[in-house]
Amino acid sequence: MNRAFWLYLGVLVTVVASFMGLVQIPDHQLRGLEPVTDEQGVERPVRPEGGVLAGRQEYIGLGCLYCHSQQVRPEGFGSDIARGWGMRRTVARDHVWDAPPVLGTMRTGPDLANIAVRQPSAAWHLLHLYKPRLTSPGSLMPEYPFLFTEQRVELERPADALSFPTGDPRPGWVIVPTQRARDLVAYLGSLDHSYPVPEVRP
Amino acid sequence: MSGVSTVPNGSADGPRQELLARAAIDRSCRAPVLLFAGSAVLWLLVGSVWALLAAVKMHTPGLLTSWEPLTFGRVRPVHLNMTIFGWASMSGIAVLLWLQARLARARLPFPNLLIAGGVVWNLALAAGVWEISAGHGTSVEWIEIPLFWALVFAAVFAVVMAASLTMFARRNVAHVYVSQWYLFGAVLWFPFLYLMANALIHAGFTRGVTAAATNWWFAHNVLGLWLTPIGLATIYYLIPKVIGAPIHSYHLSLLGFWSLALFYNWAGTHHLIGGPLPAWLVTVGIVGSVMMFVPVVTVGINHHMTMVGHFHRLADSPTLRFVVFAGMSYTVVSVQGSLTSLRSINEINHFTHYTVAHAHLGVYAFFSMAMFGALYYVLPRLTGREWSSARLIKVHFWASAAGIALYWGPLTVGGWLQGLAMNNPDVPFLEVMTGTVSWLWGRTAAGALMTVGHLVFAWLVARMLLSREPAPAVAAGPEPAGEGA
Repeated sequence: MNRAFWLYLGVLVTVVASFMGLVQIPDHQLRGLEPVTDEQGVERPVRPEGGVLAGRQEYIGLGCLYCHSQQVRPEGFGSDIARGWGMRRTVARDHVWDAPPVLGTMRTGPDLANIAVRQPSAAWHLLHLYKPRLTSPGSLMPEYPFLFTEQRVELERPADALSFPTGDPRPGWVIVPTQRARDLVAYLGSLDHSYPVPEVRP
Repeated sequence: MSGVSTVPNGSADGPRQELLARAAIDRSCRAPVLLFAGSAVLWLLVGSVWALLAAVKMHTPGLLTSWEPLTFGRVRPVHLNMTIFGWASMSGIAVLLWLQARLARARLPFPNLLIAGGVVWNLALAAGVWEISAGHGTSVEWIEIPLFWALVFAAVFAVVMAASLTMFARRNVAHVYVSQWYLFGAVLWFPFLYLMANALIHAGFTRGVTAAATNWWFAHNVLGLWLTPIGLATIYYLIPKVIGAPIHSYHLSLLGFWSLALFYNWAGTHHLIGGPLPAWLVTVGIVGSVMMFVPVVTVGINHHMTMVGHFHRLADSPTLRFVVFAGMSYTVVSVQGSLTSLRSINEINHFTHYTVAHAHLGVYAFFSMAMFGALYYVLPRLTGREWSSARLIKVHFWASAAGIALYWGPLTVGGWLQGLAMNNPDVPFLEVMTGTVSWLWGRTAAGALMTVGHLVFAWLVARMLLSREPAPAVAAGPEPAGEGA
């Protein structure tokens, strides 16, 4: 093969073709997707703002997606729905606000697409982040001690101090979540894709 | 299509002139290629440390949790970026430049620019993994390094591309050898993929699940259109070179190249099977993956049939041993990849350690082994020195070969069992998780063995590059031995 021209052309055409096919056409197809409005007149998915958005950034910066997916596979494909990870499969519309979405490709830990529905308690999440094996014995999740500070109890216990089932690890001291921990938990509390969408029949 | 070429650098020149020209070409490559190769080996070592740390953290999550940069979610992407953009890409560039120079019989142009590029690449990667460690990573797999540093990589890559294409344009041979098609593809494909993916995902031109499609179009093509063509070009060059016999079939190599160019591109969305994307988009990815049987089978026949009758040479040529191992792994990993894209199989292996094992089979058993083999061949020719210990090269080979086999086999089984358990809603999720622990310990042991191989390799390379003895003049003498050239 000695005709460099055909080599140039072939090499460029093949890669541009796949770019059009796998990137441009889907972009064109999905660009017009809008959130749905539920019975209460609330736009779903809710556009992440403030603490939720900051928490999403924590989720990204801490690399949570290397162990947690955020996509429920359809009925009959895997057992995501039977496990209670969602009422319906995840659709493209669920991620209209996300640039980029954190779908994840690994489930060392469980799927989090609907974690807000499954585990709405912020106190549970904070304790879980501080010592995962307290709430979930045998879990392989690492602790995130740097998202918390240890404070001496002066007069009264701070309202947001973690309450441990077996009492404070160090008497006279309490563990208090940082703003980052609260943002992350606010983000987890926003992960609710249980609203109906036209793409999936109930 | 004139000049059907099945031997790299089949020559009509007299041997003396041939050797002089070759020595001049090698001299022109010396500094830039040694810089990229030496840096690659350093990144391999650091990348192995982060790999082991990530592996241990998977079964012993309480280890080193209080210092944020060492949390698992950062150690893992730091490992990936060090090994892909440090070890794999830098060794790939070193081998690519040398191969292109040898095959085009042209001197390596812009040596100073390439040296500066190598230094900048190292700095950009160091900055990139620093940013990930500091929490500024993007969590977009394979594009974790923030946009600014990605643009620096792209600028260096422009120099590599210019050097490679300049040599191709100045080629002093009548025919274009099959390895050159792949190298040509690699230097044009990668910058396009890298810039497009970064622009679309990180510069905000796309949002929602299109970003996920773009992500996997890119990430799969890092292996498919960047590392694979360099790996295959290396194997196509070194097998016939070492055994002194032509490639089995020219026509098969033609078919293998163009079918790869046509199909590999499209395979990436198989990473999103079951995900929230239009069904057709995922189906296209599956079709592309299954069609990969065509290039894989043709390349496989071509490599393996070339070796038939020459297997005894594996005993005396370390390069051949690594490269043939790489070629065989390419067949295995590609067949596994095509099968894994089928919905019925993907339903089980998706989201498990099976995929991690598969990725290592591709990047390590195929690509890295090809690069080890190539560096064992190239470095003596550039330094004029011999490898200091044949026994240590053997230790490296067996540590790496046994290491990746012990990594891939058990983790594949463990991942498959993990998938079966996950798809059975009667098994509580915590049990799915704890069921993986013994397999994860096995992975750590295998990774430690691979790291032993890397330490031995780095020791050998360091002795060659840092030796205080003056290198014998690389003039018109016969090529340094170690390999039949």
